[in-house]
Amino acid sequence: MTRPELRPGGPPAGRTGGGDRWGVRGPWSTRTIFAILVVAAAGAYLGFRSTPAADSADAAAFRFFDSVREWVDANRDSHPLFLFGVNYLRLGVRLLVEAVSAALTGLGFAGLVAVAGAVSLVLAGWRAALLAVAGFLSFAVLGLWTESVDTLALTLAAVLLSVLIGVPLGILAARVRWIGSALRPVLDVMQILPTFAYLAPMTLLFLIGSPAAVIATLIYAVPVTIRITQLGIAGVAPVTVEAAAAQGSTRWQLLTKVRLPMARPVLVLAVNQTIMVALSMVVVTALIDAPGLGQNIVRALERVNVGAAFDAGLAIVIMAVVLDRVTTAASRRRPLPWRLAVPVLAAAALVVLLPIGDRVPALSFAAPVNRLTAWVELHWYAGTEWLKNTVTGYLLNPLENLLVTTPWWLFVLFVLGFGLLIAGWRAALVAAAAAVGVAALGLWVHAMQTLATVLVATALTLLGGVWAGISCARHDRLATAVRPLLDAAQTMPSFVYLLPAVALFGASRFTAIVAAVIFAVPPVVRLVERGIRDVPPTVVEAALSAGSTPRQLLWKVQLPMARGGLLLAANQGIVMVLGMVVVGGLVGAGALGYDVVAGFSQREDFGRGLAAGFAIVLLGVLLDRLTQGFHRSKGPSS
Amino acid sequence: MTPAITVTNLWKVFGPRADRVVGTPLAGLSRAELRERTGCLVAVRDVSFEVRPGEVFVVMGLSGSGKSTLVRCLTRLIEPTSGEVCLDGEPVRAMSAKRLRELRRHRVAMVFQHFGLLPHRQVLDNVAYGLEIQGVGRAERHRRAAQMLALVGLTGHEHQLPEQLSGGMQQRVGLARALATDPEVLLFDEPFSALDPLIRRDMQTEVRRLHAEVGKTLVFITHDLTEALSLGDRIAVLRDGELVQVGAPEDLVGAPADGYVADFVRDVPRADVLTLRWVTRPAADGEECDDVPLPQDTVIRDAVPRVLRSGRPVPVVDGDRRVGVVDAEQLLPALLGHRRQVPT
Ligand SMILES: Nc1ncnc2c1ncn2[C@@H]1O[C@H](COP(=O)(O)OP(=O)(O)O)[C@@H](O)[C@H]1O
Ligand SMILES: [Mg+2]
Repeated sequence: MTRPELRPGGPPAGRTGGGDRWGVRGPWSTRTIFAILVVAAAGAYLGFRSTPAADSADAAAFRFFDSVREWVDANRDSHPLFLFGVNYLRLGVRLLVEAVSAALTGLGFAGLVAVAGAVSLVLAGWRAALLAVAGFLSFAVLGLWTESVDTLALTLAAVLLSVLIGVPLGILAARVRWIGSALRPVLDVMQILPTFAYLAPMTLLFLIGSPAAVIATLIYAVPVTIRITQLGIAGVAPVTVEAAAAQGSTRWQLLTKVRLPMARPVLVLAVNQTIMVALSMVVVTALIDAPGLGQNIVRALERVNVGAAFDAGLAIVIMAVVLDRVTTAASRRRPLPWRLAVPVLAAAALVVLLPIGDRVPALSFAAPVNRLTAWVELHWYAGTEWLKNTVTGYLLNPLENLLVTTPWWLFVLFVLGFGLLIAGWRAALVAAAAAVGVAALGLWVHAMQTLATVLVATALTLLGGVWAGISCARHDRLATAVRPLLDAAQTMPSFVYLLPAVALFGASRFTAIVAAVIFAVPPVVRLVERGIRDVPPTVVEAALSAGSTPRQLLWKVQLPMARGGLLLAANQGIVMVLGMVVVGGLVGAGALGYDVVAGFSQREDFGRGLAAGFAIVLLGVLLDRLTQGFHRSKGPSS
Repeated sequence: MTPAITVTNLWKVFGPRADRVVGTPLAGLSRAELRERTGCLVAVRDVSFEVRPGEVFVVMGLSGSGKSTLVRCLTRLIEPTSGEVCLDGEPVRAMSAKRLRELRRHRVAMVFQHFGLLPHRQVLDNVAYGLEIQGVGRAERHRRAAQMLALVGLTGHEHQLPEQLSGGMQQRVGLARALATDPEVLLFDEPFSALDPLIRRDMQTEVRRLHAEVGKTLVFITHDLTEALSLGDRIAVLRDGELVQVGAPEDLVGAPADGYVADFVRDVPRADVLTLRWVTRPAADGEECDDVPLPQDTVIRDAVPRVLRSGRPVPVVDGDRRVGVVDAEQLLPALLGHRRQVPT
C-alpha cells in the first residue's frame, strides 16, 4: 500500500498494525462481514427502536459540572491551587496581553502602520511590506481600528506564548525519543478538538475575558507549533549533523549552529501556521468575552445581520492574509542585513514620533451587503429554499430520526463493530468508549442531532471535494487557477465561513451544513489532488501504454493507488466539519453547539454547556478514531 | 615509531542488546544466522590493523560490508561495541567527552560521501566552521579558510552557497574543511562515489597531490578497486564486517587471500600492479645476463621494453643485492594472464 507521506522527512507516525488489515482479511470477507453487520444492525434497530424523551435539563452530569463550578467559585480566592497556580497564571497572561496591547496602541495609528510596514520590509521584502501597510490602513478605513488592534494583540500574545513553549518542546520531541512518543497521542487529540470545546473549561478556571481567551488560544495553537518544529528539527540532514559532530561540535553548537539554522524555513512556517490557527481561535473567543473583531461578528450573527458582520469579517480576512503573506515570505528569504534594516526601522520610529493624525476616509460595506442579501433573499428565495428543504427533508431529517431513535447501546455496538472492521480493535474500543461517554453525559438527543448534521455535511463535502480534487489532478490549468483560492480559503478563520452561509440561507441547521462544507472542502480538494498526483508517473505510464482510457486510468489505477490520500481527506474533512457544525450552533444549528454557547451566557446552563463541550470532544474522538484507523500519520494543519 | 592508528579486535554490533553478543558463542555465528537468532547485525567483526604515520590506508569492500561503520568507530561517531582504537598510542574509547571533542577538533578530520556541508553558510564559513567552534577569531579563521580554499583550487568561490557549486566543487569544500584545522589524520568515507567518473579522477589526483604536499595520514574508504589501487599504500579488504586481507596493492593482486579477494582483483591488469618481485626467477648456473640490472620494485609493464630489447635475461636487484633474473617468458603470463570477464 502506498500512501502519500504527509510529513516531509518526518519521523514515521506510530503504527497500530493497521497497514495490512485489509490485505490480511481480503476484500471479499471484509465485504461479507460488513454486509452482515449492516443487516444485523438494521434488524436490531427495527426490533428495538424507541422514541426517546428529549434530553433532560437536569442530567446527573450537568449537576456534577454545576457543582464543580460552585466549588471553583467558592474556592477561587482560598484554595492553594488557585492562589498559587491558576490565579498567577491568569495574572501573568493578563500582564502580557496588556503589555502587547499597550505597545501596539502606544505606537498610535500612523506609527503602527509604519512599524508593521518596516518590520515586513526587513523580514519579508517590499511586496509583503506594501501589503501590510495597505492591510493595516484598511482596518482604519473600515472603522474597525480599535477592534483590529485588540484582535492583533490577543493573537500576538498567544503566538508569543505558543512559540516560547512550543519550539523547545518541538525540539525535545524531535531529539528525545520518549518525549516524542509521549507527546504524539496528546497532540493527536488536541488537534481534533473543535475550537468550542476549549472555551467552557477555560472560563471555569480563568473566568471570562482576555486571559482565558489567550490561554484557550495557546492550547489550541501550541500543538501546531510543536508538530512543525519537531518536523523541522527531525528533517535536518543527518550527514550534515554528523559532519559537524566529526569536527568536534558540542551538543549546544550542533543545535544552534546546525540544526536550528538548517530548520529555519520550517521554523518560520511553524510560526506562520501558529499565527493562522491562533487568529482563527482568537476570533472565536469573542464568545467568552474577549475583545476584538470577533465581538462584532458574534453580535451581528445573533441578529442575523450579515452586513454588520461583513466589515468585521473582511477585516479578519485581511489580517489573516497579511499575517500569512508576511510570514510565508519571511520563511523563503533571509532578513535584510543590519545596515539596511536599521535605517528602515529608524524611519518607522520617526513616523511614530511625528504627530500624524489618524484621519482616514471611512468605508463600510454594511449597507450594500445588506442590500445584496435582501436582493438574494428576494430573487433566489425559491432556489435556496428548495435546496435547503431538499437536503433537510430527504437527508438530514431521516438520518437524524434514525440516529435519535436508535437506543444508545445499539449505537455503541454498531460503532464497535464498524470500528473493528475498518479501524482495528484499539481504535474501535476508543470510539465505542467515546460513544458510551456521550450517552452518559445526558445529551444523547443533541449529540445525535449534531452527528446527523456532521454526517450529511461530510457526505456533501466529500462528494464535492473528491470531485474537485480529481478534476484538479487531471487538469493542470484548473489546478493552477484553483490553487490561490484554496490557499486563501485555508488561511481564513472558521467564523468567517458562517457569513456567506447565513447570507444565503438565514439561520437554520442547513446553514451550518453549508458553512461546514465550504470550510472543509478546500483541504479535501488539496489532499485528494495530492494523493492522485503522488501516484508514481511510471505506473501511470505503464497503464497508458497498456491502452487504458483516461477513465480506466482514473478508476483502476489512480484512485485505488491514492486510497491513502482519499482516506486521509475523509478523516480531515470529518474533523473539520464537526468543528464548523458546532460553531453553527450560533446560527440556528442548535444541538450541542447551542448548548455550549448557552453555557457561556446563562449561568444556570453552565453545567449543561460544559457537558456539551465534553460531548463534542467525545464525538470528535469517535469520528476521528473510526476514520483515522485507515492511515496513521496526521500532517500538520497546513 | 608509534602507529598513527591501532585497531585491536574491534566489534560493532547493531541491534537490541548488542553488548550481549561479543564474547559469547553467538559471536561465532555468521551475519545472517545471528540476525535470524537475535535481530542483531554485526557490522564490524573482530577487526585489527595498524596504520603507519604518513601512509595512505585504504579500506575496501562491497556496499554493506561495514566500511562506514568501521571508519566512524575510529572517532566514536559510532560507539564501538568492543575492542580498542588507539590514535597515536592514546586509547580512544577511554576518552572523556571533552577529550574526544578535542581529538575531533584538532587531530582527526573527516570527508563524507554526501559532503555534509551547511547549506545556510557561505563556502568560506563552511570551511571555517571547525575553527569557529574552537573559538578562533573571525579574521584569523577566515584567513586560514581562504588559504585552504586556495589549496583545493576554489579561490573566488568563497562567498557562494554550497548549493551554487557542482558536486565536485562541493567535495573540494569538504576537503578544504577537513584540512582547515590542520589534523594529523584525515578520514575519507567514499568521498568521490557520488561524483562523475571524470571528476572522480580529478579528485583522486587532487588527493594524491595534497598527500604529497601536506603529508598527513590518510584512511580512505572506497568500494572502487581502481581507486583503491591507485591511492593506497596498503589496502584492507572487508567482507561482511570481517577483514579478509591487508596488504600492498601488489599483494592483493599477486596473492589474494581467498576467492573473495581474487574475484575482486581478477579484472585488474596485473602487469600494471605487480612488480618484478612477483616474476623473478633464480638465475640458472652460468646464465648470460644483461649488464644493467632492474630494481625489483619496478612495475612489470615498465620493465617490458627493456627485457624484450635485451634479448637476454635481465638481472633483478633489491638495492645492491641481486635477487634473480627475469626474461620475456616470465613477463608474458603477467601481461596476458588476467582473465577478462567474458559474458557467457
Ligand atoms: N545505525 C545502524 N543501525 C543498524 N544497522 C546499521 C546501522 N548502520 C549501518 N548498519 C548496517 O551495518 C552494515 C554495514 O553498514 P555500513 O558500514 O554503512 O556499510 P558500507 O559503508 O560498507 O556500505 C549494513 O548492513 C547496514 O545495514
Ligand atoms: Mg558506506
